[in-house]
Amino acid sequence: MLEIKNLHVEVGGKEILKGLNLTINSGEVHAIMGPNGAGKSTLSYAICGKDGYEITDGTVTFNGKDLLELEANERAGEGIFLGLQYPVEIPGVSNLNFLKAALNSLRKYRGEEEIAAVDFLKLIRAKAAELEMDPEMLKRAVNVGFSGGEKKRNEMVQMALLDPIFSVLDETDSGLDIDALRIVADGINRMRSPKKAILVITHYQRLLDYVVPDFVHVLADGKIVKSGDKSLAIKLEQDGYSGLGINETAA
Amino acid sequence: MASTLETRQTVEEVAGDYKYGFVSDIETVKAPKGLNEGVIRFISAKKEEPEWLLDWRLKAYKKWLKMEEPDWAMLSYHKPDFQDIYYYAAPKSADDRPKSLDEVDPELLRVYEKLGISLQEQEVLSGVAVDIVFDSVSVATTFRETLKEKGVIFCSISEAARDYPELMKKYLGSVVPVADNFYAALNSAVFTDGTFVYIPKGVRCPMELSTYFRINEANTGQFERTIIIADDDSYVSYLEGCTAPMRDENQLHAAVVEIVVLENAEVKYSTVQNWYPGDKDGKGGIYNFVTKRAACRGTNSKVSWTQVETGSAVTWKYPSCILQGDGSVGEFYSVAITNNYQQADTGTKMIHIGKNTSSTIISKGISAGKAQNIYRGLVKVMPNAENTRNFTQCDSLLIGDECGAHTVPYIEAKNPTAQLEHEATTSKISDEQLFYCLQRGLDVEQSVTLIVNGFCKEVMQQLPMEFAVEAQKLLGISLEGSVG
Ligand SMILES: Nc1ncnc2c1ncn2[C@@H]1O[C@H](COP(=O)(O)OP(=O)(O)OP(=O)(O)O)[C@@H](O)[C@H]1O
Ligand SMILES: [Mg+2]
Repeated sequence: MLEIKNLHVEVGGKEILKGLNLTINSGEVHAIMGPNGAGKSTLSYAICGKDGYEITDGTVTFNGKDLLELEANERAGEGIFLGLQYPVEIPGVSNLNFLKAALNSLRKYRGEEEIAAVDFLKLIRAKAAELEMDPEMLKRAVNVGFSGGEKKRNEMVQMALLDPIFSVLDETDSGLDIDALRIVADGINRMRSPKKAILVITHYQRLLDYVVPDFVHVLADGKIVKSGDKSLAIKLEQDGYSGLGINETAA
Repeated sequence: MASTLETRQTVEEVAGDYKYGFVSDIETVKAPKGLNEGVIRFISAKKEEPEWLLDWRLKAYKKWLKMEEPDWAMLSYHKPDFQDIYYYAAPKSADDRPKSLDEVDPELLRVYEKLGISLQEQEVLSGVAVDIVFDSVSVATTFRETLKEKGVIFCSISEAARDYPELMKKYLGSVVPVADNFYAALNSAVFTDGTFVYIPKGVRCPMELSTYFRINEANTGQFERTIIIADDDSYVSYLEGCTAPMRDENQLHAAVVEIVVLENAEVKYSTVQNWYPGDKDGKGGIYNFVTKRAACRGTNSKVSWTQVETGSAVTWKYPSCILQGDGSVGEFYSVAITNNYQQADTGTKMIHIGKNTSSTIISKGISAGKAQNIYRGLVKVMPNAENTRNFTQCDSLLIGDECGAHTVPYIEAKNPTAQLEHEATTSKISDEQLFYCLQRGLDVEQSVTLIVNGFCKEVMQQLPMEFAVEAQKLLGISLEGSVG
């Protein structure tokens, strides 16, 4: 589904990703771990096409399409979703309006009809309920005044609504309380399907107890330095990155 | 204009089958270029005005001659040559107008399309010489009948001078005196168009009043004069302007609006101004120098100005409230967008004279491109104005690095019991916000529209529904190409 080859990315003139390779197939869940500043979020932005993340070498293809040729919104249209490490506030724009506009744009990109207002309300209420989010929060401005955990949960409601093919979840578990973590993990597991794939970026093995990954990768100094199965995450939790011979301040 | 479609449909229902008719060729009459007493006499005669009004105009003209064009605003533009302007011209004959939409600037048509304006309305707006047009006059007549039952007067200023001389004499110039400022004096001397509204005691005007029903042709007047009087315990909501850009050959617009609000009465005045802003390099565009003022003369009277200013090359405009009656309330909600080389120096004045008066100012300025956006506001509390309150919030949003936003608040409190609050913020559309929207599937234009509408929400929600929907789209269109 997603194939990244020899990816080099520069931010602000500094090379952050230095020849990264990663292949993710349909039906798989991958986890990326790695020290602070290693380039995990940078990878997620490069996949999603954020301005300022300059690809100096390498290729990224998604279901055979050259992703690097597409604008950020077109990549979303192709079915890529990014749950942000730091969800953004948009004052004055209600969650409902934002999501309706987003869903309709995606539908338009795919040549589908706009969703009827009533159907949209039903759908979004159902998704909020799945993630146990108070429906009142749908009326509030996007992420404005939301607590850290509420913002993350809101990202998951968005994911559930927009129903992407490939989701990158950047530290969605950080900042969640114990119950919320389970609710969010259930939400992620509902996205698992033979036709979809998920990449979770996390610092903690805990999430991976709920969302069991098929592969775990360690990203350090702009490259995948080690890959394995779930046991790699457990080993990391015990020994830390230095136990693997990875310099914590690699980046 | 299109924004009033809904109202128009309502009116059509009231009117039954409206008539189609052939537009008769209107005799083309022009006063010679330039300004002198002769031209003013010509205008007055064409409008069949009473003697007193001619005298009033001439008095204004004499004062204007002694005045100087103001230059305190943070605006730079070529001063108009007042001897190179036609002050009176009857509507253009069909021969001078485009024959079909094919002859109309495609850029203009693209905007109409985006606003969802019907082909027929596009023709009217762009000044196409269609031979069968929607006969607005007959509709307006029916419309007026409905109002007449309630005793509401809604007519052109010239008609008012003829038919309601007592009201005109009493109120004309009573809020904005002839020599109030350079452009108000000019307007007083040469005004040729405008609206007169009188709402009698205890009447709640049954519909939103819009200039659309009054103006026969697409061109807006160059020197409009509007007077609105709300007698005791009455209410009216008045809509000025149009979201669709209209064809307009007048570069200088200098309107005057006077509003008088009596005891317990309320006037809501909403404007959407989208005149030609000039091209991307700052060539052309309308100069919009307006004097708008409301006098809350009765106790507990209320006036509320809401404006969405997206057009014009240069805007100079401060809708103001004189809060004279005890307990009177003044509100000013403003969105001003400037893009490319547009300049806007706009704001309000709240003059607290009566006791327990209160005012609210919410101003949202958005600048993009190389544009300059200035909020200039005065809150003045007179010595006898006990227990007054003002809340002012001025927010500026910058798009790009080459534009500017400036906030110039003046506060003069001469009574110690006054409670005045002022908040100001400046922000930018951040890369993070933009990326977030794009990542969810919105394109750049939709994203900017969404973020800007969010920024302006408190003002937009003051607009009457039918205006609001189009005004929201308009914000996006005005900022087209400003990001990405
Ligand atoms: N605009 C910029 N200019 C220079 N360096 C930048 C810029 N943006 C990010 N970086 C650097 O890129 C590196 C990678 O950042 P990134 O956010 O991808 O790390 P991360 O692996 O997600 O870390 P964390 O676990 O803390 O979230 C960091 O060292 C960061 O300081
Ligand atoms: Mg990160």
